[in-house]
Amino acid sequence: MNTEILGVIFMYALVVALAIPLGRYIGKVFSYQNTWLDKIFNPIDKLFFKLSGINPEKEMNWKQHLVALLTINLVWFLVSMFTLMNMSWLPLNPDGNPSMSADLAFNTSVSFVTNTNLQHYSGETSLSYLGQLILMLWQFISAGTGIAIGAVVFVAMKERTTEKLGNFYSFFVRSCTRILFPLAMIGATILVLNGSPMTFKGKATTTTLEGATQQISRGPVAAFVIIKQLGTNGGGFYGPNSTNPMENPNYLTNIVETASIFLIPIAMIFAFRFVIRRKKLAWTIFGVMTTGFLLLVIPSIFSEMNGNPAIAHMGIQQNMGSMEGKEVRFGPAASAYWAVNTTCTSNGSVNAMHDSMMPITGMAALLGMMVNSFYGGVGVGFLNFYIFIIIAVFISGLMVGRTPEFLGKKIEAKEVKIAMIIALLHPFFILVGTALASYLYVGNPAEYAGWLNNPGYHGFSEMLYEFSSASANNGSGFEGLGDNTMFWNVSTGLVMLLARYLPIIGPVAIAGILAAKKYIPEGAGTLKTDTGTFGLMIFAVMFIVVALSFFPALALGQLAEYFTLY
Amino acid sequence: MKSQNTSLFQKDQVQEAFRESFVKLDPRKMIHNPVMFTVEIGSIVMLVVTLFTLTGDNSQGSFGYNFTVFLLLFVTLLFANFAEAIAEARGKAQANSLRSTREETPAKLENGETISSSQLKKGDIFICETGDIIPTDGEIIEGLATIDESAITGESAPVIREAGGDKSSVTGGTKVLSDKIKVEVTTQPGESFLDKMIALVEGASRQKTPNEIALTILLAGFTLVFIIVTVTLKPFADYANTPITISAFIALFVCLIPTTIGGLLSAIGIAGMDRALRANVITKSGKAVETAGDIDVLLLDKTGTITIGNRKATKFYPVQGIDEKHFIKLVVLSSMSDETPEGKSIIELAGINPMTYQLTNPHYIKFTAETRSSGIDFDDKRIRKGASDAIKELCKNAGNVFPNETDEKVKTISTKGGTPLVVSENEKVIGVIELQDIIKPGIQERFERLRKMGIKTVMVTGDNPLTAKYIAEKAGVDDFIAEARPEDKMEYIKKEQAEGRLVAMMGDGTNDAPALAQADVGVAMNSGTQAAKEAGNMVDLDNDPTKLIEIVEIGKQLLMTRGALTTFSIANDVAKYFAIIPALFITAIPVLQGLNIMHLDSPASAILSAVIFNAIIIPLLIPLALRGVAYKPIGASALLRRNLFIYGLGGIIVPFIGIKLIDLLVSTLI
Repeated sequence: MNTEILGVIFMYALVVALAIPLGRYIGKVFSYQNTWLDKIFNPIDKLFFKLSGINPEKEMNWKQHLVALLTINLVWFLVSMFTLMNMSWLPLNPDGNPSMSADLAFNTSVSFVTNTNLQHYSGETSLSYLGQLILMLWQFISAGTGIAIGAVVFVAMKERTTEKLGNFYSFFVRSCTRILFPLAMIGATILVLNGSPMTFKGKATTTTLEGATQQISRGPVAAFVIIKQLGTNGGGFYGPNSTNPMENPNYLTNIVETASIFLIPIAMIFAFRFVIRRKKLAWTIFGVMTTGFLLLVIPSIFSEMNGNPAIAHMGIQQNMGSMEGKEVRFGPAASAYWAVNTTCTSNGSVNAMHDSMMPITGMAALLGMMVNSFYGGVGVGFLNFYIFIIIAVFISGLMVGRTPEFLGKKIEAKEVKIAMIIALLHPFFILVGTALASYLYVGNPAEYAGWLNNPGYHGFSEMLYEFSSASANNGSGFEGLGDNTMFWNVSTGLVMLLARYLPIIGPVAIAGILAAKKYIPEGAGTLKTDTGTFGLMIFAVMFIVVALSFFPALALGQLAEYFTLY
Repeated sequence: MKSQNTSLFQKDQVQEAFRESFVKLDPRKMIHNPVMFTVEIGSIVMLVVTLFTLTGDNSQGSFGYNFTVFLLLFVTLLFANFAEAIAEARGKAQANSLRSTREETPAKLENGETISSSQLKKGDIFICETGDIIPTDGEIIEGLATIDESAITGESAPVIREAGGDKSSVTGGTKVLSDKIKVEVTTQPGESFLDKMIALVEGASRQKTPNEIALTILLAGFTLVFIIVTVTLKPFADYANTPITISAFIALFVCLIPTTIGGLLSAIGIAGMDRALRANVITKSGKAVETAGDIDVLLLDKTGTITIGNRKATKFYPVQGIDEKHFIKLVVLSSMSDETPEGKSIIELAGINPMTYQLTNPHYIKFTAETRSSGIDFDDKRIRKGASDAIKELCKNAGNVFPNETDEKVKTISTKGGTPLVVSENEKVIGVIELQDIIKPGIQERFERLRKMGIKTVMVTGDNPLTAKYIAEKAGVDDFIAEARPEDKMEYIKKEQAEGRLVAMMGDGTNDAPALAQADVGVAMNSGTQAAKEAGNMVDLDNDPTKLIEIVEIGKQLLMTRGALTTFSIANDVAKYFAIIPALFITAIPVLQGLNIMHLDSPASAILSAVIFNAIIIPLLIPLALRGVAYKPIGASALLRRNLFIYGLGGIIVPFIGIKLIDLLVSTLI
């Protein structure tokens, strides 16, 4: 078999093989069972809580959890705004980079707070090392937030009736110290060994083979890169993200970085299995997510490897497949695989130019963000999936003639209402945002000419992609879009904020309300939710909601492009 | 009165429903159905657009085309209204046929005065004698009568109703066959259960059930998605330089929103109540029918439900040394004057007419609670039959031994769930008669069906635990409450509810009332006391204890029909997209012809075909909405698979075929 495809299969198998034990470990962390890292982290945790005066044993209800989450995020948001707008005079700025404008600082802070990392700047020229460090810290905090709130929902799904769902601060600290930090240490070490820079020194000056002098930006790159991969963050140290050889030097680091994208999102499913002790349900969820992922990734890989028909028409051989915008050291298969990985998981880091991908791959990337729960972001991907489960449970309950139940709790009007609102938000943000951009562009093409490098179908996709990326908290860009303008900074900033917190609030509210409901033991008439049939039902609901919402937009962009090319 | 007419559409009902479909266009009524309300707005917009084209401006398409779209939307609305109206008309007709049995009848008051039944008020007392029609619902306060209830139940065998006890209710429209009773009116005119039910069907007091509310939210959510999709399509199209007409936008929107289920939703709910009524069950709310579908535990009285009313003699066991023929003869004689069903069954088993025996001076001994035996004295013979300990005492007092053999027999019969009757001749035991409960034929299959539905059946009986266990096993119920007192039922219900299960029970007596009220679904027998009927949330006119099983199925059908049609409706959108989206863009972006996988003739015919399909699918599905989706107890997962296959996959495929066929037709017309 083709080595490129083997490489892809190897990467996927590696992730699943690692995710199962990791999921077990994460499950233990949130069940407060002993793990071998306790010795190191128990004293550190204690110190945190002693300094902050927080009692980590006080159990919270779902509302208190949300308040805690929003408080942590708001405080760090303010710190981030301050730092980014004052970098020029703050320490750790050897290259003398300037401070950010208010709208760019807003967009950047929001984008890192919300785990989106939509970067409307290039790190090497726009940030001091302090700025980079603050943003790196954010990649821990936002990922930790996601994992912790995911854990709250897991705890809420246990078979019992309770309002007490653990302590958010404790979950949050544990996510950062016991899950993200150790994994990042391991990954960063591999990156450094393969040549990623890890230094606080300013630019390096070298003489090239032609004898010219070249300045090379460097900094604490390895640490930054590994957490952006692990925490489904995606914010690169350099503008070109993981296409840059400093961030992603070779095929080995590419394997490590690709695996890191998926590792925690998949491990969370197995952590779920460990916390609520439902093996079959966890595998059903894994099955649905994997099916969806494969349906996106397989056509993408093949369309990239087959090359571009427009180039073929010119009589040019494409032995390597479609190589426009791709790195020779990764090739089309690994690049397409990364593209679908990064969009399915709300990661958003890239190792190739998405703008140059074939229409099928571009559409797969868009669909990955539109669904946003084929594995999804750390913790929050599961929350998005949970919304689809609730809708699927409701419809299938009706189809078998029984008031719907999920894990022993009745699903009633209130839960359906919340689930429906949350399911609506994503199409709303994406379509309304894109509509607004289209409206402005059509109204005054001269003024907004800088937006689109490629007018026509592809330009439309660029705008659609940008809002999909913002709303999915993904952060990757189709690029080609001139996005550092007031309109894009503010509009995508708002979308990122709302699309981050509302889809956290909704599922947590549902889980909290359900947790407080009477637990009904499963009877012979209960519809089993851990079967292939029910998995098919969830998949059908996801497909219908996404297809029905986005079909016209995709028809005008990627599909029109596809039919033009082929 | 059982409905003889099973045809779904009767002429007069259709006419009434047709009229009602226009009345229901009133926006104040439409707003209760958000999906159809948006269609109404859409058709108003189309009307304005159509009028606008009359000015000669053809930028929005021709007058004919716009007018056609307007007409199609209007017809869609009428179809949806018709579905609701026909369901109402059927329900009303059913209720009216019950009500017509209680037309104006004279009522004789205590003081001899005769007034019309409509003048009777709650608390009035009237008298009925042989041949009288009972003027209204009431409770017997004095006397006993045989009554022909066939007008209500369709059952021709007369029933006995008497003051006090659990069979004291009489129903208006039924006929007294013998004796005289004094009856107190229990309801105000116009407030009987039947009146309440009619009001429910007519919609005046029909409230949405919790499940209906949740579904409405879901449908409203989908409608909102499509509002977003349609509205944002305008700037998208502008970007792509594709002008889209208003009619195309509205056609797209109406086709995408779940009009099929939106149009049929209330019809499904009404049809559920109507099906209950056809099963001769009056429901006090739509919610009760729905809850019935969710029942986890079913409490059933043994007598009358699981077993045929009374015990029957099944075998004679003479003691050793007694001739069987002699024993049977004495047994028959002892039962000669025994009017109880058990006594009659003994004679039946013996197959001898007791009148063939010539007796001189027979003296019949009646059963009393003290002696717990009955019998006959003639010549010098004293024959007694009764409970084994009663006869044992009788023998012992006379100084005779009670044979071990009989003791053994009594024990074996008891453990087999039977009741032994010991017979003595002159205080000497001569044998034992075995009485057995006869389990109703076919009841095991019904319990099996319930088990497959996931419902636990519980038998309630006054029998001792040993007998109860035997019958429970034989009949195939899951659990039993033996030596049950009314409080035990109540406790059992509360215990199950505390564990999160929904409980249904049937009852008739006043002492059942608290349990009926406590149960999630309480079905009172129409023959039961007023208190029981008030406490339950359904009344069964047939007094048939197995009715609960039917009610559960009706409830499940109701939910399933909603679920199936929702799935079907939403799955339809896939095909409609493939019809309309290429039609919208094909002129400006010819490559999108690739999406026209149905190869529809032209953009205009594609849009019209989709709208036509969207409209006619509603009346085509009315029969399904009224009859309900068939329920099969094959387990929840299998049922889901089946319905997902039929209504999900079917919902995707059917419109592809339908729209293509309509397009073939439409394209020849335009």
